[in-house]
Amino acid sequence: MSLPLIVLLPLLGSLVPLLSSNRQRNLNAWSTALLPAIALGIVIAHAPGVVAGEVYHSSMSWVPQLGLDLAFRLDGLSLLFLLLILGIGLLIILYARYYLAPEDSMPRFYAYLMLFMTSMIGIVMADNLLLLWVFWELTSLSSFLLIGYWYQQSEARRGARMALAVTGMGGLAMLAGFLLIGHIVGTYDMQTVLDSRDLIQADPRYLPALLLVLLGAFTKSAQFPFHFWLPHAMAAPTPVSAFLHSATMVKAGVFLLARLHPALAGSQLWLYIVTLTGLVTMIYAAYFALLKYDLKGVLAFSTVSHLGLITMLFGLDSKLAVVAGLFHIINHATFKAALFMSSGIIDHETGTRDIRKLSGLRRSMPMTAALAGLAAASMAGVPLLNGFISKEMMLTETLESGLLGGLAWLIPVLATLGSVLSVAYSLRLIRNVFFGPEAKELPKTPHEAPFPMRLPMLILVGLCIVIGLIPAVIVSGLLDAAARATILAPRPELQLSIWHGFNLPLLMSAIALAGGVGIYTVRRNLFNFQRQFPQRNALMIFEHSVRRLLQWTQVTIDRLENGSLQRYMLWLIVAVLFLTGSGLLDLDQLQGSRQPQPLDGLLLAGAGITILAGLGTAILHRRRLVSLMMLSVVGLMVSLAFARFSAPDLALTQLAVEVVTVILLMLALFFLPQRTPKESSGARVVRDVLLAAGFGGVVASLNYALLTRPMDSISGFFLDNSVSGGGGHNVVNVILVDFRGFDTLGEITVLCIAAIGIYKLLNRLRLFMPSSDSEGRPWSRDLHPMLLATVSQSLLPLALLVSVFIFLRGHNEPGGGFIAGLVTAVALILLYIARGVDWAQQRLSFQYQPIAVTGVAIATLTGLGSWLFGHNFLTSAFGHFSIPYIGEIELATAMLFDLGVYLTVVGATLMILANLGKLTTRHRPSKENEKETV
Amino acid sequence: MEALYATVTGFLAASGLYLALRGRTFPVVVGLTLLSYAVNLFLFSTGGLTTNGAAVIRDGVNDYADPLPQALVLTAIVIGFAMTAFSVILAMRVRGDQGSDQVNDQRGEESKEDKS
Repeated sequence: MSLPLIVLLPLLGSLVPLLSSNRQRNLNAWSTALLPAIALGIVIAHAPGVVAGEVYHSSMSWVPQLGLDLAFRLDGLSLLFLLLILGIGLLIILYARYYLAPEDSMPRFYAYLMLFMTSMIGIVMADNLLLLWVFWELTSLSSFLLIGYWYQQSEARRGARMALAVTGMGGLAMLAGFLLIGHIVGTYDMQTVLDSRDLIQADPRYLPALLLVLLGAFTKSAQFPFHFWLPHAMAAPTPVSAFLHSATMVKAGVFLLARLHPALAGSQLWLYIVTLTGLVTMIYAAYFALLKYDLKGVLAFSTVSHLGLITMLFGLDSKLAVVAGLFHIINHATFKAALFMSSGIIDHETGTRDIRKLSGLRRSMPMTAALAGLAAASMAGVPLLNGFISKEMMLTETLESGLLGGLAWLIPVLATLGSVLSVAYSLRLIRNVFFGPEAKELPKTPHEAPFPMRLPMLILVGLCIVIGLIPAVIVSGLLDAAARATILAPRPELQLSIWHGFNLPLLMSAIALAGGVGIYTVRRNLFNFQRQFPQRNALMIFEHSVRRLLQWTQVTIDRLENGSLQRYMLWLIVAVLFLTGSGLLDLDQLQGSRQPQPLDGLLLAGAGITILAGLGTAILHRRRLVSLMMLSVVGLMVSLAFARFSAPDLALTQLAVEVVTVILLMLALFFLPQRTPKESSGARVVRDVLLAAGFGGVVASLNYALLTRPMDSISGFFLDNSVSGGGGHNVVNVILVDFRGFDTLGEITVLCIAAIGIYKLLNRLRLFMPSSDSEGRPWSRDLHPMLLATVSQSLLPLALLVSVFIFLRGHNEPGGGFIAGLVTAVALILLYIARGVDWAQQRLSFQYQPIAVTGVAIATLTGLGSWLFGHNFLTSAFGHFSIPYIGEIELATAMLFDLGVYLTVVGATLMILANLGKLTTRHRPSKENEKETV
Repeated sequence: MEALYATVTGFLAASGLYLALRGRTFPVVVGLTLLSYAVNLFLFSTGGLTTNGAAVIRDGVNDYADPLPQALVLTAIVIGFAMTAFSVILAMRVRGDQGSDQVNDQRGEESKEDKS
């Protein structure tokens, strides 16, 4: 199947222009045109089949979990749009080659253009709602790039931003609508959705789904009241306007109306919303088109007006109206693209687009004048041109609509009014610019543009004439096919011809032409009338509201996030109190059914000391050293508590960590103020005490409630399997290195990362080092007391031996890698304290980072090793070995894992403490020292 | 005994929280350490308070202390140390770079309020 190629070729094509340089402009243009030309060839090759009634599909699974498939279809509707996108796209490539100035980057322009073309093709070929949405958003993004192509201009940037904001927002609404439709139907497959009209419209979610999808379509097609972005998107280079704002991007909205017509249309809701929105847009924009002075401004508003016309036709409850809408899509694309090109040529050759300055250009650029005149005549609906036929069809359909009941006459009257205005602004456009006296004081001397720049216009205007003269021959096949895809019915009796005889629509057309000329002649009065209204710039209003929104957001953020840690803590604690406290309120009574265990004096004394030390830490916190000593008392008591309640491993760990923590905080205190100034107000202290008391109360109640209730533990499993499965008698250690080894691996990784983070924080840190304590007493001159030095030195081998012992027995007796690592670290730290950093540095001249990292690596590799034997990650093996003289010994791979833990703990702890200690010396962590030691 | 244990946990948590709400870095770090003691005690007690339970598997012994909370708390102690270390050294870095040991952003409203 070659369907995906149609999308893929232009996508690849967006890379092609980037390959050649900006100077080779011909090469650049031709090579860019190559791939879309091939894609157009493929489309044309499929065309006969499609016209004959075939629908081609191609589908690949993309994200099946989301229902998103890479599915494409090629039916009549796709064909019509593909011909427009690729055909006009090729003409635009040719036109832009001559339009862009030498300093504009052509590769960038073509790359954006091809990207846009790809997304547009994706929209019209998507056979899956979600895929359609993806391409839809891509058009918003790529059109943002194109509108902002001249990014050095503020107008372009702002226009691009506004277009992106409006269409992007609409796109998100559309996605929500698609999701609703997908939920109703059960799939995002386009064909199924199109076939499920009754299901969708019977569902209560039809209303929100329809509104959301229409929001997407109306923002994209610039329907009132979302029309305001389009005139400002005119800051784009004119080829972009000619492509995006006449033939493609803004047509995506009406394409969506046509595509989903079988599924969504037909209800009263659709009839009213779509028709009336289109009607209002048509008249509103036509009126403003008449008032604009900028050539492109006139064209932009007239585009909005014509899009309104098409929208209205898709809204009307008649099949012929839909056909008329499809026909007008073709016609509008041809004449509007030609007109945009002519405005580009005028701008290019005269240096201005201001209608007030331009005049009499038919003498200097006769061919452009003739072509623009014909295109404008088609836009006005002058007979023998294609615009006339579709306008005639439109007027016929408005006569037949049953909308608004007794006020049904309003629709054709308003439609005629729209046509009158359309004639007036077309006439103004041509007569003011090309006729009258020759303009003076133009920025450039006008002359005809190079022929290749006029060629695309020539082709488009040629199409206008040919379709206008012999519509049945040229487009009836295409229209039939597109209509089949849109209304899923045998084609209505469609007579494409110029002459239908004298009838009401013809009269309305005549009124439109005469009225248009009439309004044109009295336009001065209209301008004067409009002057009494204040000028309103949509861009300013939009940016103002965005700024207001941002300001409001910033104020709200500042209020919530004011940089006060104390306030964040407050909110956190209040939330915790609220959530936990409300849970406690649900309890019938705090005490559970379990019998309390007896108290003894030792327990009471221990608890008393712990509570006093804890309170002391808090109350004496302004005298930091005292507070720290109180803290260490709490730590030791906690360690004793663990020992009392049958947890020797925990007691050992807590003890070792306590030592390390106190050393760390002492060291830190050296660099920090020794006292906390009194600064909290009385009210603040009361508030915090109350809060803390409440928190403590909740924690204690929770703990009591937990302790007095019977509990089922899952620990029986670990107790039963520890020896047989893990080969160890110390269940805690077996859990750490075996059952929950993955947790431990994560744990030591975090430890290692924290240590490395600390190392970096200490890098090049320079702090004030006090020369005396807080009382003003100088430090002792005896930095390294002899007694401590001697003891620590002889203690070191013993301590290391103990740590090895604790490590080895860890699997079967209390101990293990964590504790052994801490003991080793403490022994080495003692050396630093006793002998000073210089002395220790000479003897321990290695970095600690590699040790910690090696530890994590060993633990990970041990885990990975079990893969080699076909087991899961971190499966352990163990066996009993008999070694001569030593006896039977048990070795387990878990021990290797524990070695990793040991090394990580040693490395991380020393990395933290030794480096912190080095701050006082010339060995402080810095880049230079790193080079020396590594 | 349960009530006493819970009381101790509550007092430690309250003292730790009070310190964590202070406006200078060092008391906050000490407070967090105290809070982590309370949390460890709390977590440990979820296995029940066992007196004279066996910690290591022996033949013929049936009264074991619950090993699972112990294993969890063991790693929590070590991680708690890493956290204390990281926060205190962050505090030192802030003092080194900004010359202040206040926990609040100096631009904030609250710090002004605290100074007064």
